[in-house]
Amino acid sequence: MKIYIRSSACISAQETFRNESFLARPVAYFRTCLNAVEPDYKEFIEPKLLRRMSHIIKMGVAAAAECLNRGDIEMPGAILTGTAYGCLEDTLAFITRIVEQNEEMLPPTAFIQSTHNTVAAQIALTLKCHQYNNTFVHKGISFESALLDAMMLLNEGETDNILVGGMDEMTDTSFTILSRLGLYKRQPVSNLDLYASASKGTIGGEGAAFFLLTDKASENSLAELTAIRTIYKPGSEKDIQNWIITFLAENALAVDDIGLVITGRSGDVRQDNIYNELNASLFQNNAIANYKHLCGDYPTSSAFALWLASNIIKNQTVPSVTVERGEAAWTEKILIYNHYQNIYHSLMLVSAIQQ
Amino acid sequence: MSSVYVAGVGIISAIGNNVAENLAAFERGEAGMGAITMLDTMHRGKLPVAEVKLSNEELATMTGMPADLSRTILLSLVAAREAFTDAAIPNPGSLRLGFVSANTVGGMDKSENFFIDFLADSRKGKLKNVYDHECGSVTEVVAGALGLTGYMTTISTACSSSANAIFYGARLIKNNVLDVVVAGGTDALTKFTLNGFNTLMILDPEFCKPFDEHRQGLNLGEGAGYLVLVSEKVAKSLDKEMYCKLGGYSNSNDAYHQTASSPDGTGSYLAMTGALKKAGLQPSEIDYINLHGTGTPNNDSSEGMAIKRVFDPKYPPMSSTKSFTGHTLGASGGMEAVYSALAIKHGIIYPNLRFQTPMSELPFEPEKSFSKGRDLNHVMSNSFGFGGNCTSLIFSKA
Repeated sequence: MKIYIRSSACISAQETFRNESFLARPVAYFRTCLNAVEPDYKEFIEPKLLRRMSHIIKMGVAAAAECLNRGDIEMPGAILTGTAYGCLEDTLAFITRIVEQNEEMLPPTAFIQSTHNTVAAQIALTLKCHQYNNTFVHKGISFESALLDAMMLLNEGETDNILVGGMDEMTDTSFTILSRLGLYKRQPVSNLDLYASASKGTIGGEGAAFFLLTDKASENSLAELTAIRTIYKPGSEKDIQNWIITFLAENALAVDDIGLVITGRSGDVRQDNIYNELNASLFQNNAIANYKHLCGDYPTSSAFALWLASNIIKNQTVPSVTVERGEAAWTEKILIYNHYQNIYHSLMLVSAIQQ
Repeated sequence: MSSVYVAGVGIISAIGNNVAENLAAFERGEAGMGAITMLDTMHRGKLPVAEVKLSNEELATMTGMPADLSRTILLSLVAAREAFTDAAIPNPGSLRLGFVSANTVGGMDKSENFFIDFLADSRKGKLKNVYDHECGSVTEVVAGALGLTGYMTTISTACSSSANAIFYGARLIKNNVLDVVVAGGTDALTKFTLNGFNTLMILDPEFCKPFDEHRQGLNLGEGAGYLVLVSEKVAKSLDKEMYCKLGGYSNSNDAYHQTASSPDGTGSYLAMTGALKKAGLQPSEIDYINLHGTGTPNNDSSEGMAIKRVFDPKYPPMSSTKSFTGHTLGASGGMEAVYSALAIKHGIIYPNLRFQTPMSELPFEPEKSFSKGRDLNHVMSNSFGFGGNCTSLIFSKA
């Protein structure tokens, strides 16, 4: 069975939402953390609800609504989300009150909205959608888990037009804690020169990207989502090479059939070595693009990468700001290879739709 | 698509640290609630909870893990290991194995201690205590300890989380992604959830009374429960009798309110009828329902109305085992799936403790006494959660 991306919508640190320029004018930052460019949420969410909603809920609900608009679908057949950290803002607000107010006189709103399924639930509530609704929360493969569920649902043939999204939010507190854990650079950097700074740490990020998946291609479909695969702690570079070769072979492809490889290069010298090695070996003849300098690094950033890949296929143009190496030409097959903290690695194969 | 079988079960709860202890407690009619003894909270002495009766140190000794890990991890490992050992799969290395686990607040029991120091000074707080904050971290540590890292993921849909983990695990097998999946969920008691439910004013200051006219709310509990799901091919290769098969499942959304259930139980109704359809069964063929039955006025009324719509006029025996274990949130669906599998294997109907007065709006009442050796062909297990997430599973004789 073939699975198609009918539409997409992405809120990120770039002007990716309702903007047709497709990264032609990238937003430059000089920071260690990139926050999402906020759309005007009023169009998507009632003012009464908007006031209570945390950042991730707003991003998720708006991106989901725009994805449905673009796909011209009113009611999805299922709603799936992937988020590693879930509703951090509300979780931290509730913990803070527990500590500061010594467990007394706590308002319930933050707790109510703290559960990881809140975004998927709010989308269902807005649409009055009673269909299958699930949320995956597995670190660097939260989004990929949701995608696999969507692909299985289509394969089972009981539903269509599955809305699937990946999202995470960054808060001041989570940025402070993750910085103490050593994830981010110590000094601000220019995001557009992220890969030039040979230092430890990446730049933080956040965002929400949604997709409508279907087993029926239509005129406006973006691309085919051919296959996905994840692996935990794969070991040596050789193991990763073999894993990628096997994945491609299962899809009747060799690495030379891939027109563009999008990698999860993060600017962290400790994490990027795998990409350096692969670019010099397995991917030596491939054009290479990157994306984390645009959206920052976060566990569900692969959703941004899928948005990028599917729109490259649809627009037949590779945004020059993403290109690391090779001709920025149109391609029929894009391989996304991302790893998060060298623990979870994922592959997504995105193809042009064969008429 | 071929059937998925239950080859092993494992559980730890307030009524026992393994399957045998849980069954014995049911037979004795002994609930697991009591005063708070472990959680450092101002609600001590005021609210009853259903604690697992082992300290973190004891759980660490039992599992061979460090005692400073999240209790959620330790509980998960005890139950998942019991299930995996019980399944006794001879050559696991030759099969595609997976671990699908659920929880609602990850390593929150440790995080909430971290924040006491961190909020006073953002340079303070032991980082080790937030390292496993993420829900996925809990799964990852347990998968590592059991050698189940080939495929793993974590689901979090509030109180239906682990029913969805079992549902998803079964589909990974049916879609030929995996051969064997250990699936279920875990949650430890935390100040976060205790205070959260307390702000919603749905905690009963006494032991809970599910499906009783005078029910006051739920008691929070903790625990973990897992099933080992195997493909038909693996089931045939095992030298043991299967507990049952997972014949039906459905996940529907109530789409009514973030926390409250709709008065007519739309989501629950759709989940139950969806699971029946998937299993190819009529309502009259269900021999026992393990209710979601939290004991809150809202849940039991909503679930009850949905049951009335599905089953009227012939009601199967039903009960809420939360009257023994408390509501264990992300673990409840997994624990109750274990109880459902055991119900089929041993022909057990579990009692609904402390039930006295039927609910005025419902023409049925739950079972009050324990019985075993009955012939149960099909058992339904309901799990409903915040965000309108409603899931029903149906287990059938293998």
